[in-house]
Amino acid sequence: MELNSNIPDGQLQQKWDEYRAHLKLVNPANKRKYNVIVVGTGLAGASAAATLAELGYNVSAFTYHDSARRAHSIAAQGGINAAKNYQNDGDSTWRLFYDTIKGGDFRARESNVYRLAQVSTSIIDQCVAQGVPFAREYGGYLSNRSFGGAQVSRTFYARGQTGQQLLIGAYQALMRQVGLGNVKLHNKQEMMDLIVVDGHARGIVSRDMVTGKIESFMADAVVLATGGYGNVFYLSTNAKKCNVTATYRAHKRGALFANPCYTQIHPTCIPQSGDYQSKLTLMSESLRNDGRIWVPKQKGDMRSPDQIPESDRDYYLERKYPSFGNLSPRDIASRAAKEACDNGLGVGPSGLGVYLDFSDAIARLGRDVVADRYGNLFEMYERITGEDPYKVPMRIYPAVHYTMGGLWVDYDLMSNVPGLFVLGEANFSDHGANRLGASALMQGLADGYFVIPYTLGGYFASGSLSPVSSESPEARTAVKEAEEKVKLLLSIDGKRSPTSFHRELGSIMWDKCGMARSEKGLTEALQRIPELREEFWENVKIPGAGAELNQSLELGLRVADFLEFGELMCFDALHRNESCGGHFREEYQTEDGEALRNDDDFCYAAAWEYTGVGSKPTLHKEKLEFENVQLATRSYK
Amino acid sequence: MNLRLHIWRQAGPDAAGMLKTYDVANVSEHMSFLEMLDVLNEDLISKNEIPIAFDHDCREGICGTCGMVINGRPHGPVAKTTVCQLHMRTYKDGDEIYIEPWRARAFPVMRDLIVDRSSFDRIIQTGGFVSVNTGNAQDGNAIPISKKHADHAMDAAACIGCGACVAACPNSSAMLFTAAKIGHLGALPQGQAERSTRAMHMVMQMDAEGFGACSNHLECEAACPKGISVEFIAQMNRDYIASALGGKD
Repeated sequence: MELNSNIPDGQLQQKWDEYRAHLKLVNPANKRKYNVIVVGTGLAGASAAATLAELGYNVSAFTYHDSARRAHSIAAQGGINAAKNYQNDGDSTWRLFYDTIKGGDFRARESNVYRLAQVSTSIIDQCVAQGVPFAREYGGYLSNRSFGGAQVSRTFYARGQTGQQLLIGAYQALMRQVGLGNVKLHNKQEMMDLIVVDGHARGIVSRDMVTGKIESFMADAVVLATGGYGNVFYLSTNAKKCNVTATYRAHKRGALFANPCYTQIHPTCIPQSGDYQSKLTLMSESLRNDGRIWVPKQKGDMRSPDQIPESDRDYYLERKYPSFGNLSPRDIASRAAKEACDNGLGVGPSGLGVYLDFSDAIARLGRDVVADRYGNLFEMYERITGEDPYKVPMRIYPAVHYTMGGLWVDYDLMSNVPGLFVLGEANFSDHGANRLGASALMQGLADGYFVIPYTLGGYFASGSLSPVSSESPEARTAVKEAEEKVKLLLSIDGKRSPTSFHRELGSIMWDKCGMARSEKGLTEALQRIPELREEFWENVKIPGAGAELNQSLELGLRVADFLEFGELMCFDALHRNESCGGHFREEYQTEDGEALRNDDDFCYAAAWEYTGVGSKPTLHKEKLEFENVQLATRSYK
Repeated sequence: MNLRLHIWRQAGPDAAGMLKTYDVANVSEHMSFLEMLDVLNEDLISKNEIPIAFDHDCREGICGTCGMVINGRPHGPVAKTTVCQLHMRTYKDGDEIYIEPWRARAFPVMRDLIVDRSSFDRIIQTGGFVSVNTGNAQDGNAIPISKKHADHAMDAAACIGCGACVAACPNSSAMLFTAAKIGHLGALPQGQAERSTRAMHMVMQMDAEGFGACSNHLECEAACPKGISVEFIAQMNRDYIASALGGKD
């Protein structure tokens, strides 16, 4: 298979403008003849569905939520980056581009990232026009703050609820189009399969989560904006319903899955408190501005933290990375916490935690200043743990937060299956091996508002599509297969719940394919996952019926796909014999324990082709060409 | 701790529902309320019973998916807290807890504790937006907005659309939800062009969905997990009356 990324010729700075100027167009009167399915109504999906409908396309939007306002984009706290340079502090499109490429450890495609930086400014304008209440200064102008991995203030925010406000902006635009009759909204529908006819994506199979009815929906193009797969680890900061099914089903129908092993582990999350734990909660990275991270120097030191004197504490980030200290990048801070806990120095009941201590900051600044900066986060922490961080140090531990990998797409955001477009976290395109803070919101909205409206038209205008119907053999077969799968799952009637399998898979993934990976661990995982999958299909228990609202069945269907997808992640992690960004292979580190990249052999996106359940996927490489930046080693010492 | 739960069970929209009693043992005080239900559900599955259907997603108090009435109070006893952020340390050994779905004509029960809130979406569809197509926008700093107005808009925009206000209201009114959107957009210059029609259309749709009227009990504000103020209802009423007197613009 030939991977063609379709990167336009010309200077990096001019590529997108030149490309848009020459894209073929669809006549306004003809747009309504094209049916487009958009799956997912998060930032990327809602913004795409609304914008395509404004242009005149006939759009159907699908979400498994009860409303298009609930996707996990809503939980993003910190902000959204844009190269506005409102602060006059030296920001520019180039600088945002370079920070993103470097932050991604030189594993992203230059042309896509540059375009992202270019359209970032239009996103802010559009959101302001929609009425997104961004924070303002007293003079009435937009306020900015700083985020990790950048030396300029380019992050726009709406209190600690930026994701919520941006999503509501996109949701309102979408609701307007629904009200105008330009979008048909399908709530409580979960995509179960992709329908490919004559090599083109022409529809989806979806299950009505209230009635259980499985049916096909046909279209001229399918846009997946279905988010990331962090829940393969069971415990993550993702919402409970986040899953890999839509993208994995597309993968099984021929779409290549790129860099699945690139996972971001966020260092400051509230640790697990018991076996019943259902998810993990993120505490904003901003806390590390004033909090100091430490563990006791002695193993098994059971004293309460205020009884441990300075001389018995190890402020390990300050010790190992004196110039960045507690503000070391996410991947580095996460691995250091793991190392401390692996050495038996972890704190809290599980031993999987480190202290984030504000007592020095309170002594230096006073309680009021600390409360002003972090009060809402302290409240959230206390609500969850019952401990008062003004008095007792917070306990934190790293958790899975975001997945950089996703379906492979070209410059048009189209997968290798023509007519299948992939947006937002679901694609692999912009963040390389590590994403910078406040860049996920930017990418989701860039893809939906400003990229797909152009490139989709180019696709329609450059070829003709024959009519399809739900009666086509491809559609009928896909529906039948989905129905059979539900029937099979319900008939097993074993002993274990879907959740128990999900937890076990998550624990394998976390141990073997989490913060640190090794050939030995990954080989073990590749043995254990198929065994677990086999047990699942013999011993899972799903009560109830298919033709009703059945949450166990929804979960069972998602876990079944995670049990195949986990293996794909391990294959990818095993093949990548280097450490880069969120992918840390224990065999490939410097003498000081830092990530050791191998640009000679691994400067490519790994795009995997499905070859059957349990069978090793075929690797296709998209070589990453860096024509505008020098590959460099990151150092934070 | 050990608890006795009385939970509303209803197999489907047209089925009859009833409270069913479950005893749960060894509940950890560190569990969230929903994790306590997760544990009960795992137990029900192992006993070959149908687990309790309840909706939830982010479990961080922001997506607005979860919601249930606990001992008569939407989202339970802790102020400004969604049920997913309610933790079991609020309860003590031996407590009896009654758990029911939101009760409102415009929120039909779909199963057990899950209700259909698409009526909220339809209210937004009639006017809860600024009519601006992608690509129309001028520079974000072109219209200065005072910090006071931006903050006021944000106070209203913080609504998570969970429906607790409706569940708390003796009239099942959706005034606080609707007013929050009208208040959010009405506080900003971008929202002025459609201010009058917005109030008229959204209030009409609210009535058409079968939500009740407001009689100033203010239960909605007390139940709101985001603490949205009933002052926004007063503003909505002003916008609505102005629209009604001035005719549609």
